Amino acid sequence: MARMNMIQAINSALDVLMDRDPDIVVMGEDVGYFGGVFRATAGLQAKYGKTRVFDTPISELGIIGVAVGMGAYGLRPVPEIQFADYIYPGLDQLVSEAARLRYRSAGEFTAPITVRSPFGGGIFGGQTHSQSPEGIFTHVAGLKTVVPSTPYDAKGLLIAAIEDNDPVIFFEPKRIYNGPFSGHYDRPAKNWSQHPDGEVPEDYYRIELGKARVVRPGADLTILAYGTMVHVAAGVIEEQGIDAELIDLRTLLPLDIETIEASVKKTGRCLVIHEATRTSGFGAELSALVQERCFYHLEAPVERVTGYDTPYPHSLEWAYFPGPVRIGEAIKKIMKD
Amino acid sequence: MSTRPNLPPLRLHVPEPKFRPGDEADFGDVPIPAAGATPRPAVDSAPAAFHDLAYGLVRVLDEKGRAVGPWDPKLSPDTLRGILRAMAKTRAFDERMYRAQRQGKTSFYMKCTGEEAIACAQAYALHRDDMCFPSYRQQGLLIARDWPLVDMMNQIYSNKGDRLAGKQLPIMYSTREGSFFSISGNLATQLPQAVGWAMASAIKGDTRIAATWCGEGSTAEGDFHSACTFASVYRAPVIICVVNNQWAISSFSGFAGAEATTFAARAIGYGIAGLRVDGNDALAVYAATEWAAERARTNQGPTLIEFFTYRAEGHSTSDDPSAYRSAQEREKWPLGDPISRLKQHLIALGEWDEERHAAMDLEVANEVKAAQKDAEKNGILGHGMHQPMSTMFQDVFETMPWHLEEQRQEMLAEAKAAGIETS
Ligand SMILES: Cc1ncc(C[n+]2csc(CCOP(=O)(O)OP(=O)(O)O)c2C)c(N)n1
Ligand SMILES: [Mg+2]
Repeated sequence: MARMNMIQAINSALDVLMDRDPDIVVMGEDVGYFGGVFRATAGLQAKYGKTRVFDTPISELGIIGVAVGMGAYGLRPVPEIQFADYIYPGLDQLVSEAARLRYRSAGEFTAPITVRSPFGGGIFGGQTHSQSPEGIFTHVAGLKTVVPSTPYDAKGLLIAAIEDNDPVIFFEPKRIYNGPFSGHYDRPAKNWSQHPDGEVPEDYYRIELGKARVVRPGADLTILAYGTMVHVAAGVIEEQGIDAELIDLRTLLPLDIETIEASVKKTGRCLVIHEATRTSGFGAELSALVQERCFYHLEAPVERVTGYDTPYPHSLEWAYFPGPVRIGEAIKKIMKD
Repeated sequence: MSTRPNLPPLRLHVPEPKFRPGDEADFGDVPIPAAGATPRPAVDSAPAAFHDLAYGLVRVLDEKGRAVGPWDPKLSPDTLRGILRAMAKTRAFDERMYRAQRQGKTSFYMKCTGEEAIACAQAYALHRDDMCFPSYRQQGLLIARDWPLVDMMNQIYSNKGDRLAGKQLPIMYSTREGSFFSISGNLATQLPQAVGWAMASAIKGDTRIAATWCGEGSTAEGDFHSACTFASVYRAPVIICVVNNQWAISSFSGFAGAEATTFAARAIGYGIAGLRVDGNDALAVYAATEWAAERARTNQGPTLIEFFTYRAEGHSTSDDPSAYRSAQEREKWPLGDPISRLKQHLIALGEWDEERHAAMDLEVANEVKAAQKDAEKNGILGHGMHQPMSTMFQDVFETMPWHLEEQRQEMLAEAKAAGIETS
């Protein structure tokens, strides 16, 4: 075991897999010599060479498009999109192409690509370095969407994502690259070295896609979250001393519905948290599923705490961020009924 | 895999810059035509008649600081001093705001050091109401147009005086009054927009033209190519400027295609006029822009200009270039520094001297310092002096739909309950 932050864990996942599988190629803006603006691919070009780890032109359309073509040849590309906010020029290649290639060719061609991209706010990045666009991708038939919340999970999930034969969008919550975040932006930052999930095996291991993690068992309330918000929720649970069951979804699609259903049937209450905007967000899907499957067990309406339906503001970042105050209020409301 | 004994195995070419950290930088093999050597085609000549210019380099200032050749715009000493001052003020502004970010007064900043001639001289060559669609590195346009520095700083600090209400990342200015389009963080999106603005101007029989800028790295985006196609098809009155400063964060220009051809040469495939210009020569920058503007104004169509320059500093406050390029590149850059070169020219003309230059530097530094003091009265980032919280919900739409109004109320109520100041 080694101590790793999330960036090192992602780097380790790429390293372990590239060593095992010569068909894996890593590419993206600034990922080669420099090793990525967040350093997630540091050292890989030196180790695996320029034809397996390389910089690309600044064209997200091109990056994803050539990844689809390389996948069609038989490679297993892992393109990086520098920020999730910049994935949109590549949307057509993802939505119309990667996602449907298997279907339209009846399985003859596939797109075994994993698009890694840092996402989410909390770093004063303004509207173009803060977005959480996962709901756009979960809405597309044929794409899988994964969001890790710890270094341990990031490595295991990334390995499973790359080995998956379908296209996977792998969103990395950049706010927690270096350490977990309770949502109290005015408190000193923590790093992963103090956290049990900063222990990461140096070797190969997988965390199957489609399996949620019960972060903390509880009897009174189920909280569904992913990415940064898992840590914010955990902080609120601790501060309030409530007996909530916190579930880290880890994979949004395919979703671990069994874990969710079992938990809500046990607790009778459900709170959904995400940083993304509210309307038509992934929380709407979760809320509908819980309502459809657990209606007769519910003691209160399913609540959502999300980003507001505005672009991500710069100076008012902390008023926008669905932090401990809003989560605390929502819990009070659910528990009242 | 298919291998045939009579065919060689295929090989992938991955570009590599000439120099990396620790390397001796030597630009001896970069072809630099002599100043004055490049011909100046008539403004109404067809683009196909001057393809060579896309591979050359329009230069006016020679090594001794003399203005030579057909591109000399023959500017008055007052105009030359105006451009020089705008460049110096831009550099002083950059220094100060970079330091402000380092002092924790804001989240982010980007300098244009070494590239000042481009925006500053161009602002002089364009009309005040020609519409600019810049990237994040043309702050010189605003400064040369005498836009108030305090207003720019308020935006950088996202403070109470910020006309953009703290909504945008620092330096992403916007001013309709300054004919300066809202800067986007998403690269190259402004290019087709500028073409559309120019098309609209032509549809309405207006006399204003549009100009737009992007870095060489950004020409890889589809937006650049769509912009060129539309500009060509409709002969839009637009100037498309590619600022080739050699680097796109850590990626050298080869990753945008520079190993194979020039950026100006992109124009040839689209059938539009293409010029390649010494971007550190304020006179060449002015002359090329004036020429392209005249083409646009007289319905001769668009021009693509590559400004050949060098990004002297890091990409932004989040970047450390010593990790990927040779520290010597800046000093070895064969086209020098734009401020020094214009200064040398004015001195050669007998219109300037070291004392006046030093006095000017002091003046602009003081002007910037005073503006900073004023701007900081409106607050700096993250110290409470932001806009009222409910402004977050304004300008999503013209009128606020019920769901936003509900979210706004909820936010205010929760903030109140938690004892958080909302105004
Ligand atoms: C669509 C998009 N992709 C990626 C980025 C991240 N990014 C910001 S600046 C930059 C480099 C741009 O280089 P260049 O176009 O040469 O302009 P320069 O910074 O040199 O002025 C990159 C990759 C972005 N802002 N938008
Ligand atoms: Mg550049």
